[in-house]
Amino acid sequence: MSSDWPLWEVFVRSKGGLAHRHVGSVHAPDAELALAHARDTYTRRLEGVSLWVVPSAEIVASDPDQAGELFEPAESKIYRHPTFYDIPDEVKHI
Amino acid sequence: MTVRSPAKAGAQGVATAALARSWAPAFAGEQLDPRTDFLLRIGDDALILGQRVGEWCGHGPVLEVDISLANLALDQIGQATLLLGEAGDGDQLAFHRDVLDFRNCLLVEQPNGDFAQTMARHLLYTTWQHLLLQRLQESSDQFLREFAHKAVKEIAYHRELASDWTIRLGDGTEESARRMAEGLDWMWRFVPELFEVDEGLQAAIDAGIAPDPRGFEDEYRAAIAAVLEQAQLEAPADQRPILGGRRGHHSEHLGHLLAVMQFLPRTYPDATW
Repeated sequence: MSSDWPLWEVFVRSKGGLAHRHVGSVHAPDAELALAHARDTYTRRLEGVSLWVVPSAEIVASDPDQAGELFEPAESKIYRHPTFYDIPDEVKHI
Repeated sequence: MTVRSPAKAGAQGVATAALARSWAPAFAGEQLDPRTDFLLRIGDDALILGQRVGEWCGHGPVLEVDISLANLALDQIGQATLLLGEAGDGDQLAFHRDVLDFRNCLLVEQPNGDFAQTMARHLLYTTWQHLLLQRLQESSDQFLREFAHKAVKEIAYHRELASDWTIRLGDGTEESARRMAEGLDWMWRFVPELFEVDEGLQAAIDAGIAPDPRGFEDEYRAAIAAVLEQAQLEAPADQRPILGGRRGHHSEHLGHLLAVMQFLPRTYPDATW
């Protein structure tokens, strides 16, 4: 049963030059079949050119209870946004 | 496990399909040209295997495997669409031929059984299919060359996935190893047919249309042996081979498969969707 299989997080690179993006997760008994399941589940419609799978148990997550102290201080720091620069048209994917 | 002899059960399958409706069989008694004959052989293989694997849809042991099996089925159906469309009217050939007119090998029509049995069939067939498609890229026939060039990539994945599962189940738990061995036992008798060269195939080989399967039998045997070794499984003992699918002598299983697959277009010939 899939509950006996570990969970793997799936990341897809949609085309060369772009970063891998998290798209979901699959159950699989090992890394190789996790890649196969990710391929069959998430790239059936030409979504990607490269796949990563990572054991979900290896993901270290921040504590939601700490969201206030971790993230709210960034709210009032508008000077950290690079919005005061003109980006040349030739620069893509920003 | 009890193994039924498809050879003995053949007559029953014919009766089942005949019940469907008395359509004029597309090719009954007709001498086919070697190209059409070969297109039907590999087109019917893909169609019947696709329908078989498609039977898993909604019944897979886990969601991920269900999707994986549906993908495999659709790859085969897609190839069948191209091949039968080249041989004639694809829909007519798929849905309005009777069991005696199907040219597929006996291996692909064997029942799914459990997941291990399905993977045993997929390993034994798609390893052969992959070796065939590699050589078909050199065919004298342009359509078949182009078809093989596209299809070989799909089937490389089928072969790899079936090998991966065979190894995991064989080298898994006591139960998974037993099931995998039983699945291979069931399918093993149908392997020699894949390498049989009869008059019809010989004509296609002579014309440069089809590769001679005997040319890659050693490679096939070695490839399967390598997978079984990794899977810690013994190759089943060679038994009396069962032949005849290419000439329309099918096991009873094909009649039941066709009854389900052909029911709708035969009952409602004008149905569209």
